[in-house]
Amino acid sequence: MQITRGMRLTEAKTYVAGKLGVSVLDLSDPTVMLDVRKELGLGGILESGEITDIDDPMGIEAKFNIAAVLDVPVNCVERFRAKAGRRRPAQI
Amino acid sequence: MEPRIATRMGDGSLVEMTRSEIKADLEEGTQQSAKRAKVDPLTQDELDHLLDIYASSARFTAVDIGDEVVMSNDGTGTKHIGNRVQDLQTYEQVLGIDIVELWQIDYSYKAIKTNVAHEGQAMKIAQMLCTNPVQYGAMPDLGRYSKPDGPIDNWSELLPLMKVDEARAAQIEACAMLVEDINFVADHMVEAGADGIDMDTTGAAGDADFLAGLTACRMLREKYPFLGIEIGMASEFVLGMHGQLEFDGERLAGMWPKDQLRMVQAAGGSIYGPAVNINTGKSTAWNIARAITIIKPAMEIAEIPVHVNVGMGVGGVPTCVYPPADATSRASKAFVEILKIDGY
Repeated sequence: MQITRGMRLTEAKTYVAGKLGVSVLDLSDPTVMLDVRKELGLGGILESGEITDIDDPMGIEAKFNIAAVLDVPVNCVERFRAKAGRRRPAQI
Repeated sequence: MEPRIATRMGDGSLVEMTRSEIKADLEEGTQQSAKRAKVDPLTQDELDHLLDIYASSARFTAVDIGDEVVMSNDGTGTKHIGNRVQDLQTYEQVLGIDIVELWQIDYSYKAIKTNVAHEGQAMKIAQMLCTNPVQYGAMPDLGRYSKPDGPIDNWSELLPLMKVDEARAAQIEACAMLVEDINFVADHMVEAGADGIDMDTTGAAGDADFLAGLTACRMLREKYPFLGIEIGMASEFVLGMHGQLEFDGERLAGMWPKDQLRMVQAAGGSIYGPAVNINTGKSTAWNIARAITIIKPAMEIAEIPVHVNVGMGVGGVPTCVYPPADATSRASKAFVEILKIDGY
């Protein structure tokens, strides 16, 4: 929010909390945010399978979800979308 | 006898001071800087708050739960943890940095221009692997355009010869080249997926250096409405190496943080980073009082996030190779709790 919108901190925290459906204080609580992050696919601290696993988005995967949930443009997501969409998906 | 508390000098050395001595340094720091910058000294409540932070004997201190701020990280990484992208991943996953920055060791837009394709590829890979925003950073570094490093006559050599007009003309010529180079690098980085561009230590070569940063910022904002543009300063005061340069009709030489911020906001910057240098011969208490006094007027008018430079040699952090965590954490807490900064 600070990067793409130039939002001051208090406004940014309120915006993000609203979009995630949590309180502003919840943003500071990793026990709450782990579940929120997993449910919405926002990425986070990775580990080897007991807490996060291959179903949890990471890197650019998570950033697609972050852009959608927070309703902000994310440059690399838009670049990825443009480049990956150039060809039709193959049959699996 | 008053107990002595372990604290730091501005060069990082550990010293013992009494609570009364720390209190006196805080008061002297704010009075001296208020006089120098022509701003108000800190209030008694603010000085008392600083005294509580700096007279603590705790090894480490922190802000209250809920008061966390965003950590952007100029020059992210150590360059010695795997490759550069692994460095960024480590800082994201292990240290919890909120915004990481890809950079190269020759931290200058002029130098990056020659290998921008390589840098762009690294940015693209970093964007695939990092969840956090990844920005690209370097110094405007106007001095690199003067002889012998660049093609322009060296204004630092012209000025002692009293060739003032020639020195000013040289800076204007260099400024135009720098604006072009920042745009050139930024265009490639945006194409590679960068979330933001950081102009670090802006104004290091004086008012022409600051003008180049502001001009490039405005051009980038017009091209890329979504792009993060961070302008971090080199010091608390814009040196008048030219002396007459203006942005939006305002003279840049002599600007302190409040006016620097007004210019950054007018240019379309997303994040402003004030820098207040350390006096190594004074205590960290003296230095933090000085830094907060000088930056406080900027916070009162801030419309964009302010990320104070809180690192080696600036923002109340000692000038030493490995700044001690007792000093960095105290400075961070002081900025957050007294100035309500948005990040650092």
